[in-house]
Order: sequence, then C-alpha cells, then structure tokens
Amino acid sequence: MIKVLAAQIREFKKESILTPVFMILEVIFETLIPFLMASIIDDGVEAGNMRHIYMVGGLMIVMALAGLYCGIMGGKYGARASTGFARNLRQAMFENIQTFSFSNLDKFSTAGLVTRLTTDVTNIQMAYQMLLRMCFRAPISMICAMAMAFFINARLASVYLIAVLLLAIVLAFLIRRAMKYFQMAFPKYDELNASVQENVSAIRVVKAYVREDYETGKFKKASQGIYDIFLKAEKNVVLNMPVMQFTVYSCILLISWIGAKLIVQDMLKTGELMSLLTYCMNILMNLMMISMIFVMMSMSMASAKRVSEVLCEKSDLTNPDNPVCEVANGDIEFRDVDFSYYGDKDKAVLHDINLKIKSGETIGIIGGTGSAKTSLVNLISRLYDVTSGSVLVGGRDVREYDMESLRNQVSVALQKNVLFSGTILDNLRWGNENADEEECRRACRLACADEFIEKLPQGYNTYIEQGGANVSGGQKQRLCIARALLKKPKILVLDDSTSAVDTATDARIRKAFAQEIPDTTKLIIAQRISSVEHADRIIVMDDGCINGFGTHEELLENNEIYREVYESQTGGGGDFDEKAGEE
Amino acid sequence: MPGPMGRRMPRGKRIENPGKVFKRLIKYVAKNYGVHLIIVAALILVSVLANVQGTMFIQRLIDDYIAPLLLSDTPDFKPLAGAIFRVACFYAIGVVSAYTYNRIMINVTQGTLRNVRDDLFSHMQTLPVKYFDTHSHGDIMSTYTNDTDTLRQMISQSLPQVFNSAITVVSVFISMLVLSIPLTLVTLVMVAVMLLATRKVAGLSSRYFLQQQKDLGQVNGFIEEMMGGQKVVKVFCHEEANIRRFKELNDNLYHSADKANYLVNIVGPVNAQLGNVSYVVCAIVGGVLALSGISGLTLGELASFLTFNKSFNMPINQVSQQFNSIVMAMAGAERIFKMMDEVPETDNGYVTLVNVKEVNGELMESPERTGRWAWRHEHQADHSVDYVELKGDVVFDGVDFGYNDEKIVLHDVKLYAEPGQKIAFVGSTGAGKTTITNLINRFYDIQDGKIRYDGINVNKIRKADLRRSLGIVLQDTHLFTGTVMDNIRYGKLNATDEEVVAAAKLANADGFIRLLPQGYDTVLTGDGANLSQGQRQLLAIARAAIADPPVLILDEATSSIDTRTERIVQDGMDKLMKGRTTFVIAHRLSTVKNSDCIMVLEQGRIIERGTHDQLLEEKGRYYQLYTGNAIAT
Repeated sequence: MIKVLAAQIREFKKESILTPVFMILEVIFETLIPFLMASIIDDGVEAGNMRHIYMVGGLMIVMALAGLYCGIMGGKYGARASTGFARNLRQAMFENIQTFSFSNLDKFSTAGLVTRLTTDVTNIQMAYQMLLRMCFRAPISMICAMAMAFFINARLASVYLIAVLLLAIVLAFLIRRAMKYFQMAFPKYDELNASVQENVSAIRVVKAYVREDYETGKFKKASQGIYDIFLKAEKNVVLNMPVMQFTVYSCILLISWIGAKLIVQDMLKTGELMSLLTYCMNILMNLMMISMIFVMMSMSMASAKRVSEVLCEKSDLTNPDNPVCEVANGDIEFRDVDFSYYGDKDKAVLHDINLKIKSGETIGIIGGTGSAKTSLVNLISRLYDVTSGSVLVGGRDVREYDMESLRNQVSVALQKNVLFSGTILDNLRWGNENADEEECRRACRLACADEFIEKLPQGYNTYIEQGGANVSGGQKQRLCIARALLKKPKILVLDDSTSAVDTATDARIRKAFAQEIPDTTKLIIAQRISSVEHADRIIVMDDGCINGFGTHEELLENNEIYREVYESQTGGGGDFDEKAGEE
Repeated sequence: MPGPMGRRMPRGKRIENPGKVFKRLIKYVAKNYGVHLIIVAALILVSVLANVQGTMFIQRLIDDYIAPLLLSDTPDFKPLAGAIFRVACFYAIGVVSAYTYNRIMINVTQGTLRNVRDDLFSHMQTLPVKYFDTHSHGDIMSTYTNDTDTLRQMISQSLPQVFNSAITVVSVFISMLVLSIPLTLVTLVMVAVMLLATRKVAGLSSRYFLQQQKDLGQVNGFIEEMMGGQKVVKVFCHEEANIRRFKELNDNLYHSADKANYLVNIVGPVNAQLGNVSYVVCAIVGGVLALSGISGLTLGELASFLTFNKSFNMPINQVSQQFNSIVMAMAGAERIFKMMDEVPETDNGYVTLVNVKEVNGELMESPERTGRWAWRHEHQADHSVDYVELKGDVVFDGVDFGYNDEKIVLHDVKLYAEPGQKIAFVGSTGAGKTTITNLINRFYDIQDGKIRYDGINVNKIRKADLRRSLGIVLQDTHLFTGTVMDNIRYGKLNATDEEVVAAAKLANADGFIRLLPQGYDTVLTGDGANLSQGQRQLLAIARAAIADPPVLILDEATSSIDTRTERIVQDGMDKLMKGRTTFVIAHRLSTVKNSDCIMVLEQGRIIERGTHDQLLEEKGRYYQLYTGNAIAT
C-alpha cells in the first residue's frame, strides 16, 4: 500500500528529501542556541566580558538567521512536496478511474470515489507534510537536546533519559486506548451525518406525517451516542497532559536539587544548569509531538488504504493487440451469449441469447424490470464483456475492435443519463467535438429538441446547470438523444430514453429516425407499447431470456407476455405522461 | 481530536462581522456551560500562576539559593530543600488544575458540539419545505459536518490556549516590568516586529488560502460531476478530454495550495527565530546595563529576565499559530448561526384534531381512541367550542399561488372534493399538478383565495393536526434506515406488529416483504437502495395505509416500473383509496377513467373539468392527450 502511494511522489522526490534535511538543520541550530545562551550568561555576563557577549551574541544571530533560512526552506519544500504529492495522487486516481470499465465503476460508489479523490487525498497531504516536517524533526530534536544535555553533564542528563522512557510507555498506553475509541467513533459519526442527509431529502415525508419531534428524538439519541464515545476517547488523550507536566516538573526539581549540589562541589557551572533546564522542556515536548504524529499517521492510514484501492484497481476490459478501428456496418449478432455481472456463472443475468439483427433495422425491446434489457444492449458497445459466447458487430467480435472506435460507432443513450454543466452546445459536442452549430441543430431537430431550445432566451448557448437541473426530464432526455445522434453512429441504442417524453413527441422522434437515418440500426428499449409497436421487430425479454422476437402482429398473435402488456396499455395513447417541456 | 479533515473553507465570501460571531459563539457555549467556563477560567489562572511560581523559583535558584551555598564553607541545603518542596506543591496545584480544566473542556467541547447538532437539527425540523427546496442539500450537510468540525478545534484548543496565553503574557509582562523597564521596552519592540511579520505573512497567506479554497471548490465540483456521470463519459469516449481538464484544475489547486501552505509553514520559524534575536538583543543591552551598573540590574536578574523574554515570546507564537483555526471557526460559526436564524414555519392554527364519540346525537370529546375524529374549533370571540366531524371535504376557492411573489404558478384555482371522491389531475410538467398537492397540507401558503377543509379555513387548523389527517404518497419514495417494520410504522408510531402486517397486506406489499431475507425485520439502508422502485412504492403505500387518513394525496410513479409491477402497485393504491377523498396526480389511464372528477391543468389554470366521458365529448385538451394526437405547441 505504502509502495503504491510512494510511487506517486514522482517529481517531488527532491523536495521530499530536502524537507527533512532542512528541518534537521534547523533543529541543530535550535539546539545549539541554548548552548550559546548559556555561554552568554556564564562567560559573558557573569565574567563581565562584554566582548564575549558581542561575539557569542553575534554568533547566535548568525545561527538564528541560518535557522530561519532552514526553517523557511523546510516550510517551502514541505509545502511543495506535500501539495505536489496530493496533486499527483489525485491525477493518478482520476486517470485510472477514466480507464475503469462499467463493472469497475459498479464496484465503487460515486460518493465513495468522490471522497477518495477529495477528503482522503487532503488527509494524506496533511499527514505527509507532518511526516516530512515533524517526523524527523521531533526525534532528531530530542536526540540533539539529549546529546547536548549529556555533553554538559552526563549524570544529570541521565535523569532525562529515565523520564523519557517512563513517559513514552505511559503515552503509548494512553494513545492506544484513545485510538480504540476514536476508531469506534468515526463510523458512528459518518452514520450520524448520513441520517441528517436522509432527513433532509425526505423532509416532505417527515412533515407530511408530522414526525418532526420523532426525528429530533432519533437524532438526539444518536448525537448523544457520539458525545459519549468521543468523551471516552478524549478522556484518555487529556490524561497525556498531567502525565507530561508531572514528568517535566519532576525533572526540573530533581535537576535543580542535584544541580545545586554539583555546583557546590564545583562540578557544574550555573549557566550550564540553566541550559539543562531549557533542554528539559525541549526533550519532553518533542516526545509529546512524536506521540501526536503517531496518532495523526494512524488516522490517515484509513485514507491511504482507500486511495491505494483506487490506484490498484485494474480495468477488466482491455484493447486487443491489433485492434480493428473500422466498424463495417450496423449488423449485430449474439451467439450463445451468457452474461453475469461478477463473472459468477450461477447468477447469470442473460442466458443463452441468440440474435441476428440486420443493419438499418429498428428493433424494439420490451420486458419487465430485471428482465435484463439494459444488460443485453450494454454488451453491444462492450461496456461489459460476455461471460461466454460472443457478440458480433459488423461481422466481427466486439473484443477485436478498438474500444473507442467501437463506442463511437455504437452510440448509447443510457437509462440513467446525465448532462454536464456547460452550454447546450458544449453538451451536444460531447457526441462530436468538431460538430458545427448546423450539425448540432440537425441532431436536435431529429430528437425534437429544437422546439424548446429555440424558445430559450439564449437558445443553444443556454447554460445547463450541473446534472441538467434547469431542464425538465423530457427535455433532458431529448438533449441526450441529440448528443448520441451527433456521433453519426452505425448503431443507436436508446435505453428507455423517451419515458418522460409525451407520446406524440415520442412518435415524431421515431418518425424522424425512420426518415433521416434509415441506415442506422436502432435499438429502442421502452415500457410503452406505443414506443415499440412500429419497430421492424420487437424483442420480448423475460428473466434474462428472449421470450419472443417478431413483429408487433406476430407477437400479439403468439406471445403471451406481449399480449398482456399490450392489453393493459391499450385504449388511446396509453397514459398521460407529461407533455414535457412545453411550458 | 479527528484532525482538520477535508476542511472546506468559506463557500464564497468572507465573514461579515467576526467580532459579533465570536461574541455569539461564546454566549452560545456559556448558555449551557457558563459555570464550566468560569471554573475553567479560574483554573487556567491558577495553573498559570502556579507555573509562574515555578519559573520564579528557577530565576531565583541561582541568586537566592545556589549563590549563598557557594559562599559558605558548610553549605546548608535546608533552604533549598524547603524551596523545592514549596515549588513542588505549586507544581502539583498547577498540574491538577491544568488537568481539571482540560478535562472540563472536553465536556464543554463535546457537549457544545452535541448541542449545536441537536439545535441545528431540531430547528431544521421546524423550517418550511421552502427552505429545503431553495438550499442545496450539500450546503445543508456541510453545516453539520465541516462547519461543526471547525468549532471542535476552536473550542477545545484555541479558546483555552488564547486565554492561557493572555494570562501568561500579562503576568510575565508585569514581572518583566518589575525587573527592568528598559529591557522590557526592548522586548516589546521585538514583539512588535514579530506581530508585524506575522500579520504580513498571514495577510499574504490568507489571500492564497482563499484562492486555494476556490480552486479546491472547483476541483471538488468537477470530481463530483464527473464521478456522477462517469458512465456517460465512457460511452462518449470522453476520457482524454476529461483528464486534460482535470489536469488543468488540479495544477491550479497545486499552485495555490503550495503557496498557501508555504506561507503558513514559515510563520513558526520566523517567529521562533525573531524570538532568538530578541533574546540576544536583550542579553547585549542587559549585559551593558548590568556591567555599567546604571540601572542597578544584577546579573541574576538579567538571567531571569532572559528566561522571561523566552516565556513572553512563546505564547505570542502559540496564539499566532491558532489564528488560522480561529478564522476558520468563525466562518463555520457564521454559517451555523445563519441556519439557526432561519425563520421557522409559521403556524397560527388553533383548530385541533380530537377523538370524539357521539352521545345523544352530539359529538363529545373523548380521551380514548374512538376511531372517529373531529375538529375542535374554539371560537376566538366568545371561546365557545364547536366540534366538526372530520370527513375530508376539500374546497379550493379562487386560489392563486407562486413559489415567489413575482411568478404566479397557479391562477384562480377552484375545486370541490366531497368526502370519498377521487379527483385526478392531468396535464403537462410544470402545469402545476404537484403544486396543488403542496398547498392542501400547507407545505406552502397560498397568495390569494381560500382553501377550506370540512368547512374550516386551513389556515386556522394547526399544521400538525392538518397533516395528520392527510396521507401522502410521493412519486419519489423516501424510506428511512431501519427495518421494513419500522418504515411502515412510521405512519403510526404505536401500531402493533399485526397492524403493520395488515397495512402491508392492504398495500400488496406483504408478498414481497415475506420473500426478503429477514422478512419484516430486513434492514433497509440508503433510502431502500436494496429494493426496486416498485417495492419502495409499495412500502410507501403501506406507510400511508397504516396512518389511515381520511384524505389522500397520491403522486403516481412514472414509467420506470414495468407493467406487471405497476398493476400490483395500482391495485394497492386502489384499495387504499377506497372510502377516502383522494387527490391523484395521474399518469395512468385506469386511474383517470374511474375518477369522480378530472382536472386538466395547463400553465397553472384548470382549463377543463369533468368526468372521463364528459371530457372526451368536449374534444378539448383532454381528448388530445387521451388519443395521443396532441400537437406540440
């Protein structure tokens, strides 16, 4: 895991090495300074030697400046190394996600990917900076101070050594206990936030059933739970403080007492005693710091693990060695296709599918939820690979094509489609980057989207909010169809893409397809009989199998499911789905 | 102490009045923890004073205790031992009070965070639906997570730290003054330089910080949008373009983050080294003074002063490092208070819903459940009380409504629904169908006209009672984390298990529930993500069924359910509608056909009304919709 992350340091190796180097240098200057301070008092002030004060003072200022330089450089490289590392991590993850296949994406939730790219990376960035700047600094500072103390007086310094050992044991114990509670607390904390989210999105239900007080009660219970567990964790953390102070103070008093005796015996100078006392704080503060770093690092481990999961995920679809880049025509064939989402043969979603569709045909697909209509069409543009059997497009197995070429020729309007923030034209050009406005207009005309676009104040330059929040469901669907059309595909798949479009417009779109793009193979998944009844042939899906395949009349004649659906929807237009987009 | 994770700073502008926000925050903390805060302040004072005693001892250690020892031939260690014992006592007091105040602060911090969350949540429950419709859910969530988190650091660390530092600074300052005025001046000058440097760097860094937050916002926004649409990205082979755009945004973030972090990083070293310079300058000036004997400064005093110099710089350094977290907390607190200040739903209703029984042909209020309900109407003029039986008679009279005053969505809507009738609304999106249902239960209030419920103006009915009498099944079903049983019981909290099962049976939900792994005890998470759309809808119907309201508002699901499931759902809804006044936003022919009255809405007006047969004969808009020959306008 660490290796995977460390590989992303890349061009920031220099900074990552220089940061601790400068931090260590800063520490060395920092430890030398009290030594000089002592010298100012002992040899300068007490001896009444002004020259010495000037000289050592000057030296101290030089050292302070050098320390300042190192501190600034350490800060600079630390910032660069950590933010650069974070940038590389984000970039690497994002690039890897772009290679993900649908089944890779299914494995991670959208929210999960977003957190990994944002919060988790920020956590790692902070931990990394801490690691570079403090992880070396604190122990080195401690060791330096200790060395100086021993240099001044080994006997007195041994007091510190004992204190440090004792303190380290106690701190480690306390932190381990606190960590246990923290680890229990975080999931609960996430749960609490999830429940707020739930409440916010379901606020109409809450209010309709007058459950405000009930919800508040539920929330208060959860928030009290968090309070309790954080209290337990923090109680352990806060014990660090008195333990640490106790040790520091004991050291100071012990040193004073022993120091006084040594001075009387003329084995120690007064200035040296003062320096020793200064180092005392230094050593123990650093120990405290190390324990904090330890806590921070172990907390960011969870983030590191989540990030490396994304980095290590390999796309399960790969391009063949000598890919074919041309799709000959819009023929589609399924040969003995079985398909399951996790490669688990027992849970096959599609069984034994055999189909032959000729270029230019219009095929309707109908069937209940979970009958695997979407799974069927997703195989055509190789969004997933078959478990066994083969899918052929233009006479070749889809696995022989270059994926990008294949997907440019097989255009899909997904069931869960999205528009992106940007103008309508920007969105349309997802289909074809180089399309001029005229081409875009033509596509919109085919999709019957031109009528509402032209009524918008900014027309084709209207800005679409994220997720298409400012257009209605039916408008969104028509824009998505237009976007798919701009690819000028040989095969066009509409996965329940006109469900929010009224029946009349739906009919006009189908008519436009028949007249304007007769050579394109069109597959239309729908719930409405009216959307498919005029197709050349209709596939009836049931529980992952093809239950019937034929014309409207044939199916009415001999397919029970089709007849049943037809009867339930007959009578005029079938339903009153919104005449979308006419407002 | 879960680090400063994923901080998202100001969404947009700077804090308007940090002083006011700070005061209010302190007041808020003090409301529940006033005594705690006073004790903490006192303990901080004690611990600082105890510490100063310790420092004083070290100052005097040489002059008062060690120097005399050196002079005598038979050194007497007793005074030193006594002093050490005294100081040990002070230290003990210091340690105990430091621990105690830190321990109390945990309660204060965690308790305040809990109170903030509870207050936010319970206040949020009182806010009108409009608030949720006009604020992004992401922003609301962020108030609970990011903004509340900023307070943690601020209350637990910054507050005591600042107070502690202030006391230290003052007491050390006084001690310094006593020792030597000229040296104090020198120290002050150096402190001024430090503050100036900090301000300069902080000013620069806050500029980059804002830039960093802006860039971070852009990166996050892009990530959120693209991760949500990743499948579309794949289908359109847009990966390359995406990577290019991301690289651009990501590089921007790197540059501003690099600078912002760099500047924050150097505040510490700059101050520390300026502190060292201050020390040297004081040593030199003090040395000159002491040796020349001008100001009567002894060498021991100079040594003490130098220590004070160090302890004077330290708190200033510490406070400057807390600066960032205080600024962040102020921004967070501002948003928290803003939400707490949102105006709750107004409710001036005084008519309440009570159980009644009939005694001698008159309705009498009854404390126990009788299955019969009535509106208890206390007339404001003479305090006489009327009981009007709850029947489900709804009248709209000349209702105008708009989500904001500029744009009226409904014009002069008139409709009558007699108890038990079924009223269907048909029309295009945006015609105002959903809006009408928002008005009956007063999610929104109308601009003009009247809505009467059993002859009572709905404005006079207490909202809670009004809503309790109305059942609602929305198009987007929302379920809660919990078991299936809990979710159905949401409609009536004290329902028995048998009642729940009965309601599920009525809604045709019993069948699929029994097939779930744990049946009625199956836990639903993530808004019922493990169920199909149709199943979720069935649960919502069961939930409405158990509440057993006289009036129902139904929004039928659109086409994402297949015909078979739909028939089951439809059947469930039909059973639920029996004997209740029902308003249906209809998408299905069968629903519309057997309605008592169909309202055709167009651009906020009812343009046609009547039964199915009447409307067909009219050959108007309904006829067009029905025959599928509508001409797009």
